[in-house]
Amino acid sequence: MSAHLETIEELAAGSGDGYKYGFVTDIEADTAPPGLTEDTVRFISAKKQEPEWLLEWRLKAFRRWQKMEQPDWARLNIAPIDYQGATYYSAPKNAEGPKSLDEVDPELLKTYEKLGIPLGERAALAGVAVDAVFDSVSVATTFKDTLAEQGIIFCSFGEAVREHPELVQKYLGTVVPQGDNFFSALNSAVFSDGSFAYIPPGVRCPMELSTYFRINAAKSGQFERTLLIADEGAYVSYLEGCTAPRRDENQLHAAVVELVALADAEIKYSTVQNWYPGDENGVGGIYNFVTKRGACRGSGSKISWTQVETGSAITWKYPSCILEGENSVGEFYSVAVTANRQQADTGTKMIHLGRNTKSTIISKGISAGHGQNTYRGAVKIMPGAEGARNYTQCDSLLIGKTCGAHAIPYIDTRNPSARVEHEATASKISDEQLFYCLQRGLTPEESVSLIVNGFCKEVLKELPMEFAVEAQKLLAVSLEGSVG
Amino acid sequence: MTKLLEVEDLHARIAGGRDILKGISLSVGAGEVHAIMGPNGAGKSTLSSVLAAKPGYEVTAGRILYDGADIAEMPADERARKGVFLAFQYPVEIPGVNNTYFLRASVNAMRRERGEPELDAAQFLKLVKKKMSLLDIKDDLLKRAVNVGFSGGEKKRNEIFQMAMLEPKLAILDETDSGLDIDALRAVSEGVNKLRDPGRAIVMITHYQRLLDYIEPDFVHVLAGGRIVASGDKSFARELEKTGYAHLERAA
Repeated sequence: MSAHLETIEELAAGSGDGYKYGFVTDIEADTAPPGLTEDTVRFISAKKQEPEWLLEWRLKAFRRWQKMEQPDWARLNIAPIDYQGATYYSAPKNAEGPKSLDEVDPELLKTYEKLGIPLGERAALAGVAVDAVFDSVSVATTFKDTLAEQGIIFCSFGEAVREHPELVQKYLGTVVPQGDNFFSALNSAVFSDGSFAYIPPGVRCPMELSTYFRINAAKSGQFERTLLIADEGAYVSYLEGCTAPRRDENQLHAAVVELVALADAEIKYSTVQNWYPGDENGVGGIYNFVTKRGACRGSGSKISWTQVETGSAITWKYPSCILEGENSVGEFYSVAVTANRQQADTGTKMIHLGRNTKSTIISKGISAGHGQNTYRGAVKIMPGAEGARNYTQCDSLLIGKTCGAHAIPYIDTRNPSARVEHEATASKISDEQLFYCLQRGLTPEESVSLIVNGFCKEVLKELPMEFAVEAQKLLAVSLEGSVG
Repeated sequence: MTKLLEVEDLHARIAGGRDILKGISLSVGAGEVHAIMGPNGAGKSTLSSVLAAKPGYEVTAGRILYDGADIAEMPADERARKGVFLAFQYPVEIPGVNNTYFLRASVNAMRRERGEPELDAAQFLKLVKKKMSLLDIKDDLLKRAVNVGFSGGEKKRNEIFQMAMLEPKLAILDETDSGLDIDALRAVSEGVNKLRDPGRAIVMITHYQRLLDYIEPDFVHVLAGGRIVASGDKSFARELEKTGYAHLERAA
């Protein structure tokens, strides 16, 4: 710790000893200069007042990243990313948002209405300065107290580094190693902030943990880092994201999420993602390149991923489970929508290591407009996974004549007692179904929305209730204009 | 006085094909029950499709006046909201969509059109229970997805149940008797008879005399070769049973 404090003091004193660490940037600045060098990493770490061990961890990742190349095996058309042209740190801005709801784009407000976002939350989501509107501090405090009573830790990643470094050090990078892939290495070097949760043994977290109630309410960054640990016999349900459309001037979002479930523990991780998808020509949307992985370390542990991905120009993610413990269970439920010019290459990896492990994959892809939707899934049964079972169902729905749906399943079984089932369907909304709905008085939009929700039912029912209702509305909104 | 439905010299075809309807004229008043019979390929399903505005069909000549207005250009969902109901011959399955949920969406679409307040889940269930007792619909039909795994009889009963819930002004029953055994036929017919109303016109399209034993029509028409070649009252149907369509087809 002391080495780090030294750095800050010296720089503040303008002693010029910044050069001693090869660090020249003015730490008082709100924004790092564009580019990604070791300096940038040090700047970020110093800004966050991180301990030396974490700075070293970041630097290790950065040096690894420098030797890697952006992968290009996905079925995606990605415009070249200028890694040196972006800035990797900027302090949260307070003064620049709209001053009231009157200044907010009416189209955005209309969308909030369609999605059923509570009135009290709309201003905050639109970026209006929050104080007068929503007493976030007191709500968050009550929440935190209830959790603390049970020994549950739920805070920002940054706070966890300060208050619970031993937990962070024990688990960070153990599920997604720094060098796992190009984007995880990048994230490990420059991650901004994220969530941390630890559920003690035998504790069932009494409420859904949501990023909305995260203590540090800073806008979520482009490189989020999240670590959730459920100790033996614990249970937690975590919600990430929200249905409200979100914009960000930073185009690349490369988050890393690591989940650890010890014996008989269960983690339910739900995501609803509606990042700006770009205009109807696909220009300007967010690139959502995420590495999410859960380790079912203990016997009888369970990790379940549920995602509804309707936003982003490009979605590239495979929330996965490593089934180490005997009788452990991994699940993946996904609805991914690509409309206009969106692209998605998404799926999951289920790695069966332990005996009698079980995995379930239900993937629903919806393509409309010129969207291209690819399911990429891997089921790996390793030699020790005696009695492993997997069931995969991969369904695609195509709306219109110019979109595409692709399925790329990998099945690799190295144990003869394994049972792996794969079913896939590709269909379009039938004219008969549409006419049936029309004849019962539903408009063409209502009809498509109804049929699509029916198509996604198996996945939507895995979402926590309020999320499920919002997700249904979100599906309708994201397919607007795709009919006829 | 103009009748609820006036079809005047209607010519229609499947888009890109030849005319199937070659000059249909028909007058159906509120409170009346009409039966349209005829051989296969005569154009009976085309008529019901065109009246319900099924996409893919074109009106090439003539008029369809409903409630005094020419609806030839009106799209299917609008006609439905104005009170036109089609009981499908082959009701399609909609997986994942709960039957009750679907019905409520439909009922509320009609209510919105009429300027009435929408029903919430509780109010809707009350209405459902009321109508269910009219028609002997089993509870579990409501819990399943629309038509998924329904037997032929259950599907037709579901169609009539929807008719009871939506209270249309013009109900077109497209071969509602096809694929039904005697008991199912009796049950469905009882339902339809309970839905007779002075404000409602019912047009039954059917192949066989049998249905008309259970649902007594006021008028019977024979459609052959794309035209209505004969009309009569209910006794005409019994005559047809003896004589068949052949001589009428030749006249077409």
